[in-house]
Amino acid sequence: MSLSTTPQPGPTRPELLAAMLRIRAYEERIVAFHAAGPFPNVCTSVGQEAAAVGVVSALRTEDQILTNHRSAGHLLARGADPGRMLAEVMGRSTGYCQGRSGTLHISVKELGVVLTSTIVGGELSLAPGVALSRAMLGGEGIVVCFFGDGAACEGIFHESLNLASVWNLPVLYVCENNQWQAFVHRKETMVGDHVAPWAAPYGIDSLTVDGNDVESVRKAALHAAAQVRETRRPFLLEAWTYRQRGHMEPHDQSYVDPAELEAWMAKDPISRLEARLLADGELTTADLEVLHAEARRAIDEAAEFASTSPYPDPSDLAAGVYA
Amino acid sequence: MTQMTFHDAVEAALHEEMARDPRVLMFGEGTATKRKGLLKAFGPQRVRNTPLAEGIIAGTAAGAAATGLRPVVDLLFAPFLCFAMDELVNSAGKLRYMSGGQFSFPMVALAMTGGGWSVGAQHNHNLEAWFVHAPGLKVVMPSTPADAKGLMKAAIRDENPVLFFMDIGLAFAPGEVPEDEALIPLGQAAIRREGSDVTLISYAKTVHTCLAAAEALAEQGVSAEVLDLRTLKPLDEATILASVRKTGRVVIVHEASRLCGVGAEVAALISEQAFEALRAPIIRLTGPDAPAPASYPLEQAFAPQADAIVGAAAGLVARTLEAAPIW
Repeated sequence: MSLSTTPQPGPTRPELLAAMLRIRAYEERIVAFHAAGPFPNVCTSVGQEAAAVGVVSALRTEDQILTNHRSAGHLLARGADPGRMLAEVMGRSTGYCQGRSGTLHISVKELGVVLTSTIVGGELSLAPGVALSRAMLGGEGIVVCFFGDGAACEGIFHESLNLASVWNLPVLYVCENNQWQAFVHRKETMVGDHVAPWAAPYGIDSLTVDGNDVESVRKAALHAAAQVRETRRPFLLEAWTYRQRGHMEPHDQSYVDPAELEAWMAKDPISRLEARLLADGELTTADLEVLHAEARRAIDEAAEFASTSPYPDPSDLAAGVYA
Repeated sequence: MTQMTFHDAVEAALHEEMARDPRVLMFGEGTATKRKGLLKAFGPQRVRNTPLAEGIIAGTAAGAAATGLRPVVDLLFAPFLCFAMDELVNSAGKLRYMSGGQFSFPMVALAMTGGGWSVGAQHNHNLEAWFVHAPGLKVVMPSTPADAKGLMKAAIRDENPVLFFMDIGLAFAPGEVPEDEALIPLGQAAIRREGSDVTLISYAKTVHTCLAAAEALAEQGVSAEVLDLRTLKPLDEATILASVRKTGRVVIVHEASRLCGVGAEVAALISEQAFEALRAPIIRLTGPDAPAPASYPLEQAFAPQADAIVGAAAGLVARTLEAAPIW
């Protein structure tokens, strides 16, 4: 499939790398916090940074996002403050949701992040409605719904695609096929390797992209988003990627095929872009060190902010249930 | 005042609210097919048919509500809400709180419930208590066309998700409906009949059974007050407690089964906050712990009958008279 990409100003390759490094540093800090414990259980998105940065970098300010429990990459790529995110994970009042969400359900209205759902498929069930608002209230914004191959096996996936197609809703469905459905490999639960073909019977165009190549993802996402913008119809983009850590912390990969893991680790999205930038002479190893250090420093500051933030007042426990 | 059925009263409310607010829209299985008046007035963008898939209907409503629309969804029969529980309970009900108040969910889910059409247990299940138990939701269950209209209008204007249950047995029952706005705020019970000896507390269809019982009780010289809860959540605690403090005797009546039903909550409220006013134990008359049968006489027997209410109320009065100290 040829991609109708029009050159337009966007992030440079080092900027894409910096965005991925920031996500990786954030997730690694979460892992370190958890190991030092006590710390809430978390699901990291390590290994999926290219999908997050590639897609989100292709979006516009007015676009809205729904995502799932492995959402830190999507939120940070969208510009979320890692300090407020960490504060939310730690249950502090300075968190994006005042400590009421925790790690699994962070939403950020000011960034158009409507939902992080930990009900697998919850993001798919709300996406048509968010897009219906866009369709009826005007504006050029589109709705991007990130979900995994696990959610694609939920009935609501099919209900969502069917309704979005029947109603001509501007939804860019992004399946991050990370091969794992909690503790089960998708080979045990899915017929076929790919989710993208499941869009065709609903009259929805789709595309599978190398989800560990941020430039490929960005190019495909620009094409997909442009098509949704123009046609006001849904599109399904599948990013073929890998969950590098266990389902949740503490990290456990005793059930993972070592050969498969090794093969995917060799395709790590950050290492790949770094190698490309070095080979093309765009960055030196010294430049890379600077970028890594900057990412770590940003997360150091975030961690400092979060861990010194106050907890919510228990007397406010039941505040905000009703409008 | 004008005469209309419960069903038409709901439609009148929808029509008025859609005319008042362009953000209000309605969708569901057969909505555009059956509500031709609304379709003609507001067009296919705002009156939509959907697939027979309650999960995505409710989820779409929640997504739309969070981002600027005010959807009303018709989920037809209450048992079908089982398909929409995740979207209603985990999304619509929780996400305002979970987002730290960033998003609100102004939506109404309409469903029919109760006996009267012999539709059997997969189309008839009074499961309102499930939603009362879920934080973030409001629950309405009116007994008259006037209330149906006024409460539907209030539900549409509410910033929270509202479950609006329509009793099948009342759907085509006519009643007087005011022609003016006649909003009825959520959370206000109605005293349908004043009385001094016993309070009959109910909602939806069994309010009418209680009124019939109150007539019969009056012939026996027992003065029964009939209280119609109308909104089950938020519950009008003040009106309940005031009536109990006046009469000292309570019979709670509903068609839904007893265990963990709304009646249990009302009884607990009274025992916690008005125990000193009670002159006799609280009695609950409810449907059995059984799926709703289809056969008409069985279906009718499922809901508490007037003679049972009369017997219970008269028994409470007699019991307290016997127990009264003699001096």
